[in-house]
Amino acid sequence: MQRFILIRLFHSVIALIAVSVIVFGLGRLSGNPLDTLLDVDATADDYARVSAYWGLDQPLHIQYLTYVGNVFTGKFGESIRFPGQDALDLLLGRLPATLELASIALVVSALIAVPLGVIVAVKKDTGIDLVGKIIALMGQSLPNFWLALMLIWVFSVYLEWLPTSGRGTWKNLVMPGVALGYFQVAALMRLTRSSMLEVLDTEYVKLARIKGLKEWRVIWKHSLRNALIAPITYFGLILGGAMTGSVVIESVFSYPGVGQLAIDALRAKDFSVVQSVVIFFAGIYIGANLLVDILYAYLDPRIRYTH
Amino acid sequence: MANIAIPNSIPGQRRTTGAWRALGTVRRYPIFPVAILLIVLVIPAVFANWVAPHDPVVGKLSNRLVPPFWVEAEGEGIYAKSGGTTAHLLGTDKQGRDILSRIIFGARVSLTVAAISIVMAGIIGTTLGLMAGYFGGNLDHLVMRLVDIGLSMPAILFALVLATVLGPSFQTVIIVIVTIFWARYARLVRGETLAIKSQDFVSRSRVAGASNTRIIVRHIFPNVVNTIIVLATLEVGQVILLESTLSFLGAGLPRPTPAWGLMIANGRELLVTSWWVAAMPGVAILLSVLSMNLLGDWLRDRLDPKLRNV
Repeated sequence: MQRFILIRLFHSVIALIAVSVIVFGLGRLSGNPLDTLLDVDATADDYARVSAYWGLDQPLHIQYLTYVGNVFTGKFGESIRFPGQDALDLLLGRLPATLELASIALVVSALIAVPLGVIVAVKKDTGIDLVGKIIALMGQSLPNFWLALMLIWVFSVYLEWLPTSGRGTWKNLVMPGVALGYFQVAALMRLTRSSMLEVLDTEYVKLARIKGLKEWRVIWKHSLRNALIAPITYFGLILGGAMTGSVVIESVFSYPGVGQLAIDALRAKDFSVVQSVVIFFAGIYIGANLLVDILYAYLDPRIRYTH
Repeated sequence: MANIAIPNSIPGQRRTTGAWRALGTVRRYPIFPVAILLIVLVIPAVFANWVAPHDPVVGKLSNRLVPPFWVEAEGEGIYAKSGGTTAHLLGTDKQGRDILSRIIFGARVSLTVAAISIVMAGIIGTTLGLMAGYFGGNLDHLVMRLVDIGLSMPAILFALVLATVLGPSFQTVIIVIVTIFWARYARLVRGETLAIKSQDFVSRSRVAGASNTRIIVRHIFPNVVNTIIVLATLEVGQVILLESTLSFLGAGLPRPTPAWGLMIANGRELLVTSWWVAAMPGVAILLSVLSMNLLGDWLRDRLDPKLRNV
């Protein structure tokens, strides 16, 4: 087991380093930031001075190594757009907003997916099963930015109930949360459905029925409680998915989170911020998957030996 | 053996009326998804030039922001809103371009992007997956680490970075999608190859003197084809979504391509006055991706039940 964890950890670190090299290289390829940083009438002297300040006069691999060295001391590089601020501080400053949004998205998808999964499992192979499946698949088939715009159209333009942008009150979180959370419903519902079907077939559920308990009690209390384990282990992945997916939704709702920060930084060729966000998101993804793998390997020893 | 075949239903209860049989067929085969796919995606994409009522790129400014045909005129004087006409069934956009025609040509754009990128990602991923699974060793390690990297890239953000480097263009979109999607084929095909490799018929053909290439191409590949087909079908929808997201954010296809994502972006600032500009292309995306997913689900259950969790 320890060997399995060590190997997986090692692989994760390799992947993270590779991601950082790729993003670093791509960032440098996307154009010289000095062109946006300096005025048109800047002299060659100005260029030399400013590139020396940012370390841009060094060869690429030296720049990368300097960057990595700084990362280990907690410095992700000074932002070009906000001079004097470190990319990590900017990222951490925006993180609570994105975490808040991702949690709401998780709540939204759980609130839709779990009851739907239970109903669909109870009514297996009927019309209701099919309708439930289509409701869930819709979430996976809607472009979430379009869903966001349609929500704005209905709830902000037509009904004037909710604000279109910004952050602060719960009202700001409703539409982005739904737009972000609906996408995850399908996977979570499928998981709830299959584990519910398993539980409904067990002896203790049959006993509960024989005892003459009301059907809704058997389903919503005795069965659901036991069926929830699988979906709950999946929550971590949903949270991670919602965080990386927030790039588009935050941009539609002008929501001041990490995604919005990344898009603004990209437009301003603010390397250090862009690469920090990409590496951060990749880290979340890799970490979440590592955790799930270890959890599954712990639960099912066969997995440990096949890898 | 033929005598004891188990009947599908009890003979006395069998309903043979036409309507019941039709309903059974509908439930057994993905007729609705395929029909919607044909109507929304395939026929418009192939026959765009004949089906589209107007030019998708050039509009008439005098026809700008005409609503869909079912919207009736209302108000008077300066508050008057014109009604829709049957000349522009789904209305027109800010430049007076017919939205229906743009959606029809957009189907061609989406389908071309999806087809090219899925075929390319499929070829790269399948080849690497087959070789990694079959030869094992260092090659396997290398490919699997590359797969790890490919899968851990935050797709949208990585695509945005790449698109900033390369500039928004058709090639950029293809490159972005292929870089992100090949890894899934490689991982899946590698796993299948590992399982097939250990079966008797493979070692027997090796004993019979078959070369590695022959074993891979003639014995292993045919056994993973179903998996690849199912994965590819399930991914068409995802590719269409990713392409439209990139175009929406201005990092995908360049204007004035009639791409669905770009059309929605155009309608974004017009939501208050002209909802249809953003709404209509979204419906097209929803219908085609949903039916593609339904078809993929059906194919998965038919061809490859192992893939339930993909």
